[in-house]
Amino acid sequence: MEKTIYDKAITCKNLSKRFGDFKAVDQITFDVYRGEIFGFLGANGAGKTTAMRILCGLSHPTSGEATVAGFDVYKQREKIKANIGYMSQKFSLYENLTVLENIEFYGGVYGLSRSEIKTRSEKLITTLGLTNEAKKLVGGLPLGWKQKLAFSVAIFHRPKIVFLDEPTGGVDPVTRRQFWDLIYEAAADGITVFVTTHYMDEAEYCNRISVMVDGRVEALDSPTNLKKEFNTHSMDEVFYQLARKAKRS
Amino acid sequence: MKQLLAFIRKEFYHVFRDKRTLLILFGLPVAQIILFGFALSSEVKNIGIAVFDNAHDATSEQIVDRIKTSSYFLFKDPVLNFAEIEERFKEGSIKCALLFPANFGNELGHSGKAQVQIITDGSDPNTATIVVNYLTAILANYQQELNPGASLPYLIIPQIRQLYNEEQNGSLNFIPGVIALIFMIVCTALTSVSIVREKELGTMEILLVSPFKPIMVLVAKAVPYLVLSIVNFIIILLLSVFLLDVQIKGSLTLIFAESILFIITCLSLGLLISNQTNSQQTAMLMSMMGMMLPTMILTGFMFPLENMPWIFQAISHILPSRYYYIIIKAVMLKGLGISYVWKETLILLCMALFLLAVALKNFKIRLS
Repeated sequence: MEKTIYDKAITCKNLSKRFGDFKAVDQITFDVYRGEIFGFLGANGAGKTTAMRILCGLSHPTSGEATVAGFDVYKQREKIKANIGYMSQKFSLYENLTVLENIEFYGGVYGLSRSEIKTRSEKLITTLGLTNEAKKLVGGLPLGWKQKLAFSVAIFHRPKIVFLDEPTGGVDPVTRRQFWDLIYEAAADGITVFVTTHYMDEAEYCNRISVMVDGRVEALDSPTNLKKEFNTHSMDEVFYQLARKAKRS
Repeated sequence: MKQLLAFIRKEFYHVFRDKRTLLILFGLPVAQIILFGFALSSEVKNIGIAVFDNAHDATSEQIVDRIKTSSYFLFKDPVLNFAEIEERFKEGSIKCALLFPANFGNELGHSGKAQVQIITDGSDPNTATIVVNYLTAILANYQQELNPGASLPYLIIPQIRQLYNEEQNGSLNFIPGVIALIFMIVCTALTSVSIVREKELGTMEILLVSPFKPIMVLVAKAVPYLVLSIVNFIIILLLSVFLLDVQIKGSLTLIFAESILFIITCLSLGLLISNQTNSQQTAMLMSMMGMMLPTMILTGFMFPLENMPWIFQAISHILPSRYYYIIIKAVMLKGLGISYVWKETLILLCMALFLLAVALKNFKIRLS
């Protein structure tokens, strides 16, 4: 069945970003479907972050077209921002605010009403099992909990798409697995997940992945198909074969 | 608006939960006022004095009585020989010694002329000069009383009056300087650090991705420090009035208006600094070295500007704190109105607008 524009959360067509002579992002074209978990892979310096910044409305592309949640990245950045969530590898919570205050703050920044914030945060705290910690400072929580909380906060305003920039850096495998359970739940709720990662086991969890090399998208398919295409059993090998071709860095 | 309020509330949480910030905010002004008001006082009181009276006659004792009634001097045990004088100076128990020769009264009565010796501690020249002035004044007074009817053919008696601070209250001069200094610390340093902290923590990215307008991030950061600075300002004024006996002569409204103008200038400086760097330490260093130190040295509240090499004088002209210091001194201590300080106010206003414009422009550039 052919997907229509309404089924696409993100579309990119020949999207490019140059810094002087340097082509950080070089004519990338791909679509992300609604409710999909889309892995965005690439070695350091391949252009992932730049591409992601454009899609989040933080940076202007040099040329090409792109839409996020149906909005144009050139003209409708404010609408894009209202419809996406974002979590970065660095911490996105305030350590000297309590769990509840963090949630209230982000809810407030996204313009949710007081009553909405109240009902949703109560529900969220129960779901995460943080009832006893709700009034404690985030700084004292274990890293794994912080990350789960950060993710929950990123989707607190029920965005159409959530961008995760290496969300599980520095976390043990068990916590990572639990973190991915949350991602699956979000996807099941219809939130499109756009995630960058360096962990190949995580790449396996994605519906489809793209691999960027030197600013270009060199491969894009489901993990199973990619492994078939590269004639190997591991995503590690797929990634290595692609990344080896890189001329820069 | 609701978004902004949520943000401002968060900023207040940050301030009130960080002990170091709180200490800088409220401990520093109090410490500064007490330090500048009491410890660094430039007025001279309670000068230790010892008398070596070889005459012990009515005249010498009358003079000593006069000195005793003055609050400037603190009488120590009388000295009995020359060697003891130097010893007492070395101990530091006295700053001044007064010597009456034997036959002091007699000589004055018969020849109409007598000598006293004033010995002072030259290692502290300021105090020494003041001591000499005080003592000669007391002696001159006594001398005039001795010859009430006598009129010398030509006599010029200078009537010296120091305007605006007749009690020679030394803390007066410091207060406007300390206020400027504290605004520099609170507004410039704390604001820049609090913005840069968000960059370091990565929360700034989250804010920029949110629908919250970037310009509002700056507003939300500035508002709490504006409020806190005004609270601080009130604390300083209360301390000055009730602790240091400073009289506020001019209009309070004008003082507040000028202060808010200066606070905005400092806030813009803080925003500007936060645009230039991504590390809290750099931001702190830039605020301290770049803003506080020049404020302390080049605004004229610690060291007179007139005596500095022209290059420093020139630099002082680009410091906002210099103008604020002039304004506050004029309004608070001399009771002058806006018509006397409109020039400085205008310069300060232009600086505030310029800095704010540059800060906002830079912030936008950083985004794309």
